[in-house]
Amino acid sequence: MFSNPDLQKLLFGRLTLDAVPLHEPILLITFAMVGLGGLAVLGGLTYFRLWGPLWRDWFTSVDHKKIGIMYIVLALVMLLRGFADALMMRAQQAMAFGPNEGYLPPHHYDQIFTAHGVIMIFFVAMPLVTGLMNFVVPLQIGARDVAFPFLNNFSFWMTVAGAVTVMASLFVGEFARTGWLAYPPLSGPAMSPGVGVDYYIWALQIAGIGTLLSGINLIATIVKMRAPGMGMMRMPIFTWTALCTNILIVAAFPILTAVLAMLSLDRYVGTHFFSNDLGGNPMMYVNLIWIWGHPEVYILILPAFGVFSEITATFSRKRLFGYASMVYATVVITILSYLVWLHHFFTMGSGASVNSFFGITTMIISIPTGAKIFNWLFTMYKGRIDFDVPMLWTVGFMVTFTVGGMTGVLLAVPPADFVLHNSLFLIAHFHNVIIGGVLFGMLAGITYWFPKAFGYKLDAFWGKMSFWFWLTGFWFAFMPLYILGLMGVTRRVQHFDDPSLQIWFVIAAFGAFLILLGIASFIVTLVVSFLKREELRDLTGDPWNGRTLEWATSSPPPDYNFAFTPVVHDHDAWWDMKKRGYVRPVSGFSKIHMPRGTATGLILGMISIVFSFAMIWYIWWLAALTFAALVVVTIGHTFNYARDFYIHADEVVRTENARTALLAERV
Amino acid sequence: MSVASEDLHTRGSGREVHEEPGGHGSFRGYMTGFLLSVVLTAIPFWLVMSDVLGSPRLTGIVVMGFAVVQIVVHMVYFLHMNTKSEGGWTILALIFTLTLVLITLVGSVWVMYHLDTNMMPADHGMHMPAAESVPVEPGTAAPPPHQHQH
Amino acid sequence: MAAHSTAALTADDFKGPGDTPVFVDTHGKHHPEGGTMLGFWLYLMSDCLIFAALFAVYAVLGRNYAAGPSPKDLFDLKLVALNTSMLLFSSITYGFAMLEMEKEKRGRMQLWLAVTGLFGLCFIGLELYEFQHLIHEGATPQRSAFLSAFFTLVGTHGLHVSLGIVWLVILMVQVQMRGLGDENKRRLMCLSMFWHFLDVVWIGVFTFVYLMGVL
Repeated sequence: MFSNPDLQKLLFGRLTLDAVPLHEPILLITFAMVGLGGLAVLGGLTYFRLWGPLWRDWFTSVDHKKIGIMYIVLALVMLLRGFADALMMRAQQAMAFGPNEGYLPPHHYDQIFTAHGVIMIFFVAMPLVTGLMNFVVPLQIGARDVAFPFLNNFSFWMTVAGAVTVMASLFVGEFARTGWLAYPPLSGPAMSPGVGVDYYIWALQIAGIGTLLSGINLIATIVKMRAPGMGMMRMPIFTWTALCTNILIVAAFPILTAVLAMLSLDRYVGTHFFSNDLGGNPMMYVNLIWIWGHPEVYILILPAFGVFSEITATFSRKRLFGYASMVYATVVITILSYLVWLHHFFTMGSGASVNSFFGITTMIISIPTGAKIFNWLFTMYKGRIDFDVPMLWTVGFMVTFTVGGMTGVLLAVPPADFVLHNSLFLIAHFHNVIIGGVLFGMLAGITYWFPKAFGYKLDAFWGKMSFWFWLTGFWFAFMPLYILGLMGVTRRVQHFDDPSLQIWFVIAAFGAFLILLGIASFIVTLVVSFLKREELRDLTGDPWNGRTLEWATSSPPPDYNFAFTPVVHDHDAWWDMKKRGYVRPVSGFSKIHMPRGTATGLILGMISIVFSFAMIWYIWWLAALTFAALVVVTIGHTFNYARDFYIHADEVVRTENARTALLAERV
Repeated sequence: MSVASEDLHTRGSGREVHEEPGGHGSFRGYMTGFLLSVVLTAIPFWLVMSDVLGSPRLTGIVVMGFAVVQIVVHMVYFLHMNTKSEGGWTILALIFTLTLVLITLVGSVWVMYHLDTNMMPADHGMHMPAAESVPVEPGTAAPPPHQHQH
Repeated sequence: MAAHSTAALTADDFKGPGDTPVFVDTHGKHHPEGGTMLGFWLYLMSDCLIFAALFAVYAVLGRNYAAGPSPKDLFDLKLVALNTSMLLFSSITYGFAMLEMEKEKRGRMQLWLAVTGLFGLCFIGLELYEFQHLIHEGATPQRSAFLSAFFTLVGTHGLHVSLGIVWLVILMVQVQMRGLGDENKRRLMCLSMFWHFLDVVWIGVFTFVYLMGVL
């Protein structure tokens, strides 16, 4: 392109036209699809004149409900990418036997399994969890927003920036070929000199800032902004699990930040933390990243436990059995999750004393989890159970997750782990708990709170279709992997010689196809429900006969959530209000103090994308420029003292009168 | 605490901030903390620089002890930690964090120490002839997860 | 009025006439507390864990000299003692600034803040001098795992102090522009916590890295 290689290097770093994978047909088709889809969306937005509302009411909004919804939209979009990766892997492994090399060359296959893991954990599961907590927690505790509304918006855009960085690797350069935790020395400068690991590092670092800040934000919200009367032991269980999850986030993510920073130093500066020479120790990376990694598992699952607790109580029409024990179990899991990390690498060779300590702590942590399962079962016992879609997900979870938990306890036994380490048994185990636990939980939560967010329920028929496809698909996809794992097949393998194994991979691929139908049904659910929204409309704000405060306000709630802050007498606060003759006040409204929207978070997020791109490609001038821009915008933001405004009393009266009229119409 | 008086009369207000930032220090408190920390810094430096105790092991333990005391001094006199600020949440967060710091430090050292003793016997150094002589098994062998393409 | 009296409202504070329960706060009695101080404290705790990871790495890799220089060859304890004193002085001067802030004496507070910043700059200057000296002797971060861990741990602390100085300057400007309002006071309190927190980390650094290094 340039005759002068020095000038080109100065301007573009190591970025050249070769970095765009024009020679890879799969990527080219993907690129064309994404491009066309993107154009369609942009065209649609322009045609329907949605840019203004989108910018004003969503992108620059600091409303926790909007931000929560945007997190979930991001997660669902990334789910499609992550699941496409999964399908490609299943297809490759189902065909690549003997002389058939399959359709994915190793260096492509390796990127796919890495991207699948990274995307599913960091950009699907995390945004789902954060989004749900963001939407629900302030409503459940009777607050008007989170403690730091601007930070909330900023956190969201940093998560988006991380996701965009991962997606960019698909079309410019490559992604890491190291597996989702990028163990050195494989991820070090010698073995992975390309941009793949750098994409990985910067995507996670940027998204990690967002995650950490939203963790701090939600803790401060729960601690400081509960409605009067809501003592700690009167918080809804979902809020409890959200509190514990965010404590884990604040306590675990710094370790990830530090360890990735040290890996970056190894790669960018040439230090020797995790190298094999000059005193470095790769196992120290493994040790540290699992000190983050194990709590991360509980960061994902605890909110799902919270969702199931709310749903079980609501749909069994009973108080949750063992509220206090549920709280204690959650707290115990929070603390114990820091004492088990070594079970991810028993085979490292720390010896009997270390391995038995961590084996025993791992078995202990299954006790509070088991206690929770019993609490849910006892809540259902003699309840009048309504098997609506959220409850189906819950029951499906209980069955599936219990199996996953038991295989986990199996892996906690060090000698058994020596046989099963890094085998497909492990893969089956963690998909069993993450799909059966986290994903079922989040889909249950979305179905449960959807009417609160949008004012109409999701269509039950397609919801059930989605559930049954997901459930059967999961069992078909992962039971064969348990069997293969027991036979000794290891993970991350692109091609097999032994044809007798093929049938199991074909069954697994069939399972993945069923899950595809499950995802498709979920999308159909969204579309059908939107079309039938008048029929499915929820005018009461309480479509499930709920128990907690979020059902006390309208669906969707007004910007200020509650015209009057509720006063809490019981942990099922709304149920208590309904039972004891609460009458909704229809007058006496006054102005409400609210935070003001801002575009700073979005601007910082966008600059971060360019910054990380410049760092990945060694475009130093651009990196310096964007870093300076980040600093200037941040400092500039601190000079803005006008961050709030009042919703005028007239507007509150108008909103509340409209609701009064609606409620009167119904009766 | 100066709370904008308007807030008190705003009915139904949701987001007014009522801050009670920690306990404030006093001149006396700051000076006490400062003098204590000067002493607690000077002694360990003196112990190490003049090799007063003679035994590195003992000196190490004593120096660590001084550090712990000085950290407590800073927490109390400079950071104004007490059990009441923010309804006890700050001290709770601190205890939780210190526990995790301890787990991270002690856990890592313990785990990595055992790794070193088990996997790299000091006598043999880096030579591990036994490991080298193990034949690579053919058959079901799959390609290693990483391919050296570039 | 004391803020905690609104924060600690319970359901009993909303009793209606007789025994009828009150379910909504129609009189605007409830005011949620500000979360800034707690939130910032939580941030500090998370920062503390970043340092925990760096200390853990130093503890594990700190004796891997790779036939290169060891702490005994490199560290100059007199310099470290001088450096430590800079940080200690800056702590007490920040304390004085806070005392002036409480007395609403803006000018004197600004003066103490400036002194604090100068001590901070001296600290950073001395640290940079030390680093430059080490690198000049060939003890670079690339030389051994010990030196990688050393430079990263001490450098991360130094970066935090530098950030604190930048923040200090910005706050001085903001106080000059807008006076000592509640908002600015809250910010000064946060920086105070940040500054003293860095002191605490430094105690760990000079004990664990420097003093125990040369033993």
